[in-house]
Amino acid sequence: MAEKEEVKLLGIWASPFSRRVEMALKLKGIPYEYVEEILENKSPLLLALNPIHKKVPVLVHNGKTILESHVILEYIDETWPQNPILPQDPYERSKARFFAKLVDEQIMNVGFISMARADEKGREVLAEQERELIMYLEKELVGKDYFGGKTVGFLDFVAGSLIPFCLERGWEGIGLEVITEEKFPEFKRWVRNLEKVEIVKDCVPPREEHVEHMNYMAERVRSS
Amino acid sequence: MAEEIILLDYWASMFGMRTRIALEEKGVKYEYREEDLSNKSPLLLEMNPIHKKIPVLIHKGKPICESIIQVQYIDELWPDTNPILPSDPYQRAQARFWADYIDKKTYVPCKALWSETGEKQEAAKMEFTEVLKTLESELGDKKFFGGNEFGLVDIAFIGFYSWFRTYEEVANLTIVAKFPKLISWAQRCLKRESVAKALPDSDKVLKSVSDHRKIVLGID
Repeated sequence: MAEKEEVKLLGIWASPFSRRVEMALKLKGIPYEYVEEILENKSPLLLALNPIHKKVPVLVHNGKTILESHVILEYIDETWPQNPILPQDPYERSKARFFAKLVDEQIMNVGFISMARADEKGREVLAEQERELIMYLEKELVGKDYFGGKTVGFLDFVAGSLIPFCLERGWEGIGLEVITEEKFPEFKRWVRNLEKVEIVKDCVPPREEHVEHMNYMAERVRSS
Repeated sequence: MAEEIILLDYWASMFGMRTRIALEEKGVKYEYREEDLSNKSPLLLEMNPIHKKIPVLIHKGKPICESIIQVQYIDELWPDTNPILPSDPYQRAQARFWADYIDKKTYVPCKALWSETGEKQEAAKMEFTEVLKTLESELGDKKFFGGNEFGLVDIAFIGFYSWFRTYEEVANLTIVAKFPKLISWAQRCLKRESVAKALPDSDKVLKSVSDHRKIVLGID
């Protein structure tokens, strides 16, 4: 008799961090209850489950709370072994974790937080810095359909949710082209591959609303 | 076997200490190379071109960067000796969460504690005190952060203990008197050979930082 699995995910429609968890849950075919949080009005449940960071995503599995998107992805991978997300080889795993950190820290900070606070000239400088960082990802994609190889995995979810389906929408809103076909052919090819994957497509925020939302988020950064 | 593993490190780095502890816990032989942070080696710049930081673990010529990633790598290669992460996925998630918390919340304030003065230093003192409060609360009455066994979170934080005296002196921050549970925990950790070997003498750290403040930063 199968144990009753209760999986609940607290997320925000525009958050790349909760979207990537949804990709993983869908890849593994795990049924879950989704709870939409409102950024400006976080639920008592969210604040109770994540008192330290007060952020989404929060995964609740049979009453146990797991926080931080990378930690949640690894938890999902270890709990439900079908369709593995992380590479099997320890060295490849360490590379996936390293680049995931680069995406969520430097690439995010330069491409969104610093960008929001910069003037037009500053943005051009930051765009160059961002291109340098993304070039490292470009090199990783040579000869591969996805970061995970032949199938999508951990780094595809992390980088996919954050770069093409979040940061690029922010750049679109300010009329800035950071990643060009000319300089980043592998990256562009990877995005086209991602767009064909059903479980990724299902987890991408609607574009127009997202562009507007990213402008709003940038405003929040400026006024903080 | 020793040539297979090289660790590029800096003696006082609480991040490098993590990797040293992990290697010692597993009984793995490695070559330690001290980096001069004001004159980084070509090897460091080649192996960590993105961040140009220590520690860098080089295994059979391939680099692994970021200390928590290195510790997990070491744990995965030598899983049977002194496991660093627990086997249960939920407990592993807890360990990873707290290691991540330590990294997110200490990096900026800890640097400011010794490199800044005035308001910036005061703000850093408040931030770091909050971290210590949270960690002491999380530790509670447990032997180690994960329970009875020494593990990832202990490894992630113990290196900071060698900097406590520096923070107390240079930033006028009260730690030992205010956080007795953390101090007892640190002393339990220090009973492990891997930790005793990896942590530098607290006074040596203080002297080095005081000199740096005076000579390089021109403070005091």
